[in-house]
Amino acid sequence: MFAYILRRLLLAIPVLLILVVVTFALMYAAPGSPFASERAVPAAVIANIERAYGLDRPFIVQIGSYIWNVVVHFDFGPSFQYRDQDVNDLIEQGFPVTLTYGFWSFVVAVIVGGALGIAAAIRHNTWLDYLAVGVSIGAQVLPNFVLAPILVLVFTLWLGWLPGGGWQGGQIEYVILPVIALSTSFMASIARIARASMLEVMTSNFIRTARAKGLPGRTIVFRHALKPALLPVLSYLGPAFVGMITGSVVIDLYFSTGGIGQFFVASALNRDYGVMMGITVLLGALTILFNLVVDILYAWIDPKIRY
Amino acid sequence: MTDAKPLLRVRDLKVTFDTPDGALGAVNGISLDVGAGDTLAVVGESGSGKTQLAFAMLGLLAKNGRAEGSVMLDGSEILNLPDSKLNKVRAQRVSMIFQDPMTSLNPYLRVGTQMAEVLQLHRGMSRREAMKESAAMLDAVRIPDAASRLAMYPHEFSGGMRQRIMIAMSLLCRPALLIADEPTTALDVTVQAQIMELLSEIRAEFGTAIILITHDLGIVAGACERTMVMYGGRVMEAGPTEKLFEAPSHPYTLGLLAAVPRLDVAQDELRTIPGDPPDLLSLPPGCPFAPRCPLAHPPCRETMPPLVPFDGDRVRACHAPTEEVKP
Repeated sequence: MFAYILRRLLLAIPVLLILVVVTFALMYAAPGSPFASERAVPAAVIANIERAYGLDRPFIVQIGSYIWNVVVHFDFGPSFQYRDQDVNDLIEQGFPVTLTYGFWSFVVAVIVGGALGIAAAIRHNTWLDYLAVGVSIGAQVLPNFVLAPILVLVFTLWLGWLPGGGWQGGQIEYVILPVIALSTSFMASIARIARASMLEVMTSNFIRTARAKGLPGRTIVFRHALKPALLPVLSYLGPAFVGMITGSVVIDLYFSTGGIGQFFVASALNRDYGVMMGITVLLGALTILFNLVVDILYAWIDPKIRY
Repeated sequence: MTDAKPLLRVRDLKVTFDTPDGALGAVNGISLDVGAGDTLAVVGESGSGKTQLAFAMLGLLAKNGRAEGSVMLDGSEILNLPDSKLNKVRAQRVSMIFQDPMTSLNPYLRVGTQMAEVLQLHRGMSRREAMKESAAMLDAVRIPDAASRLAMYPHEFSGGMRQRIMIAMSLLCRPALLIADEPTTALDVTVQAQIMELLSEIRAEFGTAIILITHDLGIVAGACERTMVMYGGRVMEAGPTEKLFEAPSHPYTLGLLAAVPRLDVAQDELRTIPGDPPDLLSLPPGCPFAPRCPLAHPPCRETMPPLVPFDGDRVRACHAPTEEVKP
């Protein structure tokens, strides 16, 4: 097991390197510049700025020095947009924010979605099933850029219970609305996967054996059916968890939470090469890490899997 | 069979499935009796309703299935009881083993857990006691080194071993009746013989009555005192196994026996019964076997022959006189 984890972590290094090279090349090839603006700036000024950021050097030198700085100094370079901050600062400030609301979104999505899906499967074709399916379809088709304004309208403007934005170091009342807005569609997906997988498991031969053994329904569901029913949910949860803790542009912009989610779109639009690379590497590393975590959990649940 | 109050008395059992194409009659009025310690073979092709007959008795039908009729166990009705009541019967009075031992055990739980939970639930044993008893039962079904096997998972056993575990698990509460649904179909021939031998040892050791459901006439001969032949959800004939094999009284039984491959007679090709099993969605009004029957008379297609006793302890449902039924 330990050797397997070590091997997977070592394998992550070339994967991340390839990710960096491909992203860097795409960015280099894309037209536009971080310093292009409406105003006519003299060519000499542009050339000066580009020299300052090292953009005038050949591609191979640029990427080489980027990788060198990241690997040796763990320095992701300067931001091309936020003049006084480098990428490390931006991620250090923003990531704890998205990590906080993303983590709680994950917890809510797993508990509510899992319970909804399993309850629907056990009470297949009853009002509870229809309700759960209805709720999850509704939650899935409601995008968070629609849900977020509705939440603010109801809980901030009408009821006045919760602030409509801001972060304040992650005080609970500032976290609740972002968590609801972010978790809803994930919750719906989890409910759908859990329901489908539970329905399938409940028709399997070993469940029939459990019934023939005279076990009560509760024992059949929780001891015999739950583990296998969770496997498909688990493989969805790895990427979903990464997606949640890296935040969402809608959440960060709409609730002014200041997380890194906003950088996903902004950095590409601004040609903020440094931030874009930093976010890509972070996302890539987290994805590799949590796929590994999912695989380890798989082995823990399914005795047939041994590494 | 002559007992005033048999262990199991089934009367006019019908099983119907609601399908998108209409109502499917899988079992169409079956009656049978099993006394304490009896052995009964239920024989028929795939789709003859033999498995659904067993599922209906234990309330294991799929959700779209419903059962009518009467199933009396120890003199009280158990058909269509709610799960909470059936759970007092299942495993304790009647237990069941299934066709496919590879998938009938839960692959995610240790064998010991799956066995012990039966005793913890029905006998109120502690986990430690239940484990000890489970090990003893694994030992009884000839699994070597039983105690250490309890910590293993089903995939660590061969198919034959898993069926032994299923049998051991089904016997934990010393049930009066064991229903074995094609217990050897998924196993290779030598293992089949071992499992059949185990079943007969169990009967001798525990006095368990056994209903053996099978399509394989080859394993019935030595294993069961009585045999019931089913076709299209109906009984074609039933009686002592020896008599039934020696002088089959129904053309279907005759066909089944002829289809058993024999090593001692040179055969160019595999003998089969011509035609297809009946379409259970639209059963003919008469005998379900009539369309395939070499002896079919005109009335066979019109009216279902009643099940009539003959030769003392046999019954048959056929319009053709017994003398006509010859190989």
